[in-house]
Amino acid sequence: MGVILEARDVSKAFGGLRAVNGASVAFAARQITSIIGPNGAGKTTLFNLLTGFVAPDAGRIVFEDTDITGWPPYRVAIKGLARSFQDLRVLTQMTVLENLCLARPNQAGEQLLANFFSGRRVRKQEAAERERALEALEFIRLREKADEPAHRLSYGQQKLLVIARLVAMDAEVMMLDEPTAGLDPSMIERVSDAIRRLVELGKTVVLVEHNLDVVRALSEEVVFMNEGRVLEVGPPARVLSDRDLINVYLGLSA
Amino acid sequence: MEYILHILIFMGIYGIAAASFNLLIGYAGLFSLAHAAFFGVGAYSSALLTLRLDWPPLAAAAAGMAIAAILSSVVALPSLRVSGDYLVVTSFGIQVLLYTVFLNWTGLTRGAMGLPGIPPASLLGLQVTGHLGYVVLTLAALAFTVWVLRRVVLSPFGRVLKGIREDEVAVEALGKHVYRFKVLAFVVAGSLASLGGSLFAHYVSFIDPYSFTLDESVFLLGSVIVGGTATLRGPFVGAVILVGIPELLRFVGLPQNVAATVRQMLFGALLVVFMRFRPQGICGEQA
Repeated sequence: MGVILEARDVSKAFGGLRAVNGASVAFAARQITSIIGPNGAGKTTLFNLLTGFVAPDAGRIVFEDTDITGWPPYRVAIKGLARSFQDLRVLTQMTVLENLCLARPNQAGEQLLANFFSGRRVRKQEAAERERALEALEFIRLREKADEPAHRLSYGQQKLLVIARLVAMDAEVMMLDEPTAGLDPSMIERVSDAIRRLVELGKTVVLVEHNLDVVRALSEEVVFMNEGRVLEVGPPARVLSDRDLINVYLGLSA
Repeated sequence: MEYILHILIFMGIYGIAAASFNLLIGYAGLFSLAHAAFFGVGAYSSALLTLRLDWPPLAAAAAGMAIAAILSSVVALPSLRVSGDYLVVTSFGIQVLLYTVFLNWTGLTRGAMGLPGIPPASLLGLQVTGHLGYVVLTLAALAFTVWVLRRVVLSPFGRVLKGIREDEVAVEALGKHVYRFKVLAFVVAGSLASLGGSLFAHYVSFIDPYSFTLDESVFLLGSVIVGGTATLRGPFVGAVILVGIPELLRFVGLPQNVAATVRQMLFGALLVVFMRFRPQGICGEQA
């Protein structure tokens, strides 16, 4: 399958710490790839580099054959590379549906003047966006929560909402930072199911994930990082049975 | 009767200024202290353009709004920074800067001596006269302000502003150019404040820099907080209360010098009481 997103020899240092140090990795389209590695391996920094939240000191980011290095995050998102955050960043004072409406791209009503001079067009589009937002909510099977303020959702439901938000954005590549962390087994199953169905929609999914059972169950490919470098890329069966890598993962000397 | 109409006009004028301020503070979470300065920009634009260049008041007010819009976007530049503290400090700087210009560019503004003899407002050649005329004009300006703010706040644009208030990183990640939204919020708020300032100048017919101090910004901030941030009605209610209470004090029969002090203390106490017992303001909903 074709490569949709690629980091080419990217580096980022924070002060003396080389969080990502010459990492190269290519993500295949329409499949689930998991990035794993011990804490401090540079997984989240790589996420931030890929999505424009951190500019690399060196190296290039290429998305759908376009060099997006140095693009601001909103442009990266508009182009179709969207992400979630470990700490979710759900807008808790807004309703669940508002969270999803906000995620819809290309809204005429977000142009200030359109609200004064083409009110009818704005209202018409807004009705359509609401429908799309409800579909995204349907996707995570939380339609009944549409008008609840998001802070009333449980932690697990908020994690599902984060996925729905990516669906509402209609992004091509969805990067999920620890989507199952802190969840009970039944909720892990619901989140895993939603992630699988993203691929059925034709999306590309990249996970940072610590739960190796989830990684094994979901991913076609695993990227193993340590100390800011990519050590290994391969199918989970191989990478997760590599004794040396598991020792690194567990903090034992290889 | 005239006295009551006069108070109503003032409530309306400050209501316009407070409601526009609320777009920044309440809806977008952008904490500025320069709002009185933009109110002043409107007042001085109207005064100078009608006095010196014989512009019709409506055109002068429109020009004032344009000038305030441009200045507002300049203030918004530092709001590119993610942290809100930068903005508070920068807007404070802008407030002091503009006030100093009003006070010291004597060739233009006559400084502390102020600008007397500002012609009354007129609409399409029809001069606004008497208190009743200004009540009608103020109501029209209020209606326009509310119309604009409703359009902005209840739109997808307003939804982005509310998102920014909560978490601008999240909103950026959703593909919104956060900076653009912030600048536009400043532009709308600044130009509406300017409209209030124009009305003020034509109504009182004399302005000096002391009507546009940091104190006035804080007064407007008080109106927004007491009335209720992020509500459409709140700032108007707040302006009615904060303009009204000192007037009520007049009837208590305190000596002039004591009354001024009492007014200040009452204002401070009101803010403290509201923060403690009703932080969402009169019109705000319980969180």
